[in-house]
Amino acid sequence: MKKIINDPSNVVPEMVDGLVRSYPQYLRQLPDTQAVVRADEDSMADKVGIVSGGGSGHEPAHAGFVGKGMLSGAVCGQVFTSPTPDQIYEAIKAADHGKGVFLVVKNYSGDVMNFDMAKDLAEVDDIETKTIVVDDDIAVEDSLYTQGKRGVAGTILMHKILGAAADKGASLDDLEKLAQEVLPNLKTIGIALHAATVPEVGKPGFELKDDEIEYGVGIHSEPGYKREKIKPSKEMAEELLGQIDKTLNLDGSKKYAVLVNGMGATPLMEQYIFAHDLLDLLKEKKIEPAFMKVGNYMTSIEMAGLSLTILELKDDQWLDYLNYPVETIGW
Amino acid sequence: MALTVENLTEWINSFAAKIAEQKDYLSELDTPIGDGDHGNNMARGVKAVQESLTSKKPAELTDAFKQIAMALISKVGGASGPLYGTAFLEMAKKSKDTSDLTELFAAAAAGIKKRGGAQVGDKTMVDVWDPLAEKIKAGNLAQADVDAAVNATKDLVAKKGRASYLGERSVGHLDPGAVSSGYLFAALIETEGIL
Repeated sequence: MKKIINDPSNVVPEMVDGLVRSYPQYLRQLPDTQAVVRADEDSMADKVGIVSGGGSGHEPAHAGFVGKGMLSGAVCGQVFTSPTPDQIYEAIKAADHGKGVFLVVKNYSGDVMNFDMAKDLAEVDDIETKTIVVDDDIAVEDSLYTQGKRGVAGTILMHKILGAAADKGASLDDLEKLAQEVLPNLKTIGIALHAATVPEVGKPGFELKDDEIEYGVGIHSEPGYKREKIKPSKEMAEELLGQIDKTLNLDGSKKYAVLVNGMGATPLMEQYIFAHDLLDLLKEKKIEPAFMKVGNYMTSIEMAGLSLTILELKDDQWLDYLNYPVETIGW
Repeated sequence: MALTVENLTEWINSFAAKIAEQKDYLSELDTPIGDGDHGNNMARGVKAVQESLTSKKPAELTDAFKQIAMALISKVGGASGPLYGTAFLEMAKKSKDTSDLTELFAAAAAGIKKRGGAQVGDKTMVDVWDPLAEKIKAGNLAQADVDAAVNATKDLVAKKGRASYLGERSVGHLDPGAVSSGYLFAALIETEGIL
């Protein structure tokens, strides 16, 4: 294992400290926690707070999306491990400005349970909360840490849309309705070239041969749906887009937002090449994305690979929300 | 016989000692069907519980249960943290009205089922909590019942939690959460004056 760290058991506190001190204009750390909230307190006044979080190792998710127009707070768990309810609860308290707090949770058993428990704690304090559990990964059903489908990079688009809506004054009920409408139209699938190494584990989460790739790998090295010899970018794009097409029935008369997301070790150069192939394939279907992003948004430490997320924009307002200005590190 | 802050503390200390003793065994059990950290996670949690009860001596049963719950919630992590935390938080809530063990354990078992969505037979800690809460109700909980409940998880197919990914391959392994829960009930039986 070759990493720029000090003590493997101390990576999260040191990372959070470095992040917050580097970007004091966006973030403030809650005392005695690994939870961060917006530095711009005024931007949250009279609005519903939005809190997300999960295991660390997915940076810039989620702390990098805390700021005006997006998340109010994010809770950083241990690497690939859900944060604990007491810390989530602290973030909920800090994000509550009298209008309640909306929680965005990726579908992993640990996250779901810990956020659920934090909700119970908030209830005791009379803070109203509602939740969306994001399960956008179409690769596999019932994975290592998940009942149902996993929550991955599509979560970032969910953050963006809800954050903009909250900033424009949406109520807790409005946000719940919006999140439930967006979710079924949000689909992601990924590909891995080599695995991530959790610092405390010290070795890669799975083994791939030098010339092998795996489709559908999760963001915690969970198994995907097939392994193959490495192929040109164009054929990878065909496979991933083909899988999404099966669920969304892509159609030139509809509008789409597209996110090409790097997993950590794949250079932007390769992500742009993939985007070039993807856009060609979409063009054959007479689709010009109404919104597109390419870059590292939901990583898996130093896993090489990328994921493709497509959101069918059923409502033009969702596009406005995606384009809404934000002040964050990561968007 | 009744539950008091004193014998509750004694019970929890005895549970903590068992966990510390069996830390490596619990992690070993968790290795083939989980991620091999149950022993370490639980040991960290019960240590935090003991520190909490020592540094701030609870005045009432409710405070004691709440302190235990919060220490477990904040230190155990994974799925076991919220599940054990829920059990003690439910007992904290229930203890406002009663110190009756039957009611406390019924509330705890129901809380665990609700939190994890697991039922009896899914190869989880529910397979220990549910039948043993019934035994407490019947007034005849014995160590043989604890052993029977724990050992019964060996032949079950995991339906919830990380082990469920293995399906049939989980058969033949004891459920680590069931084993650690067994220690909690064993400690309860051994603590004089509660049952």
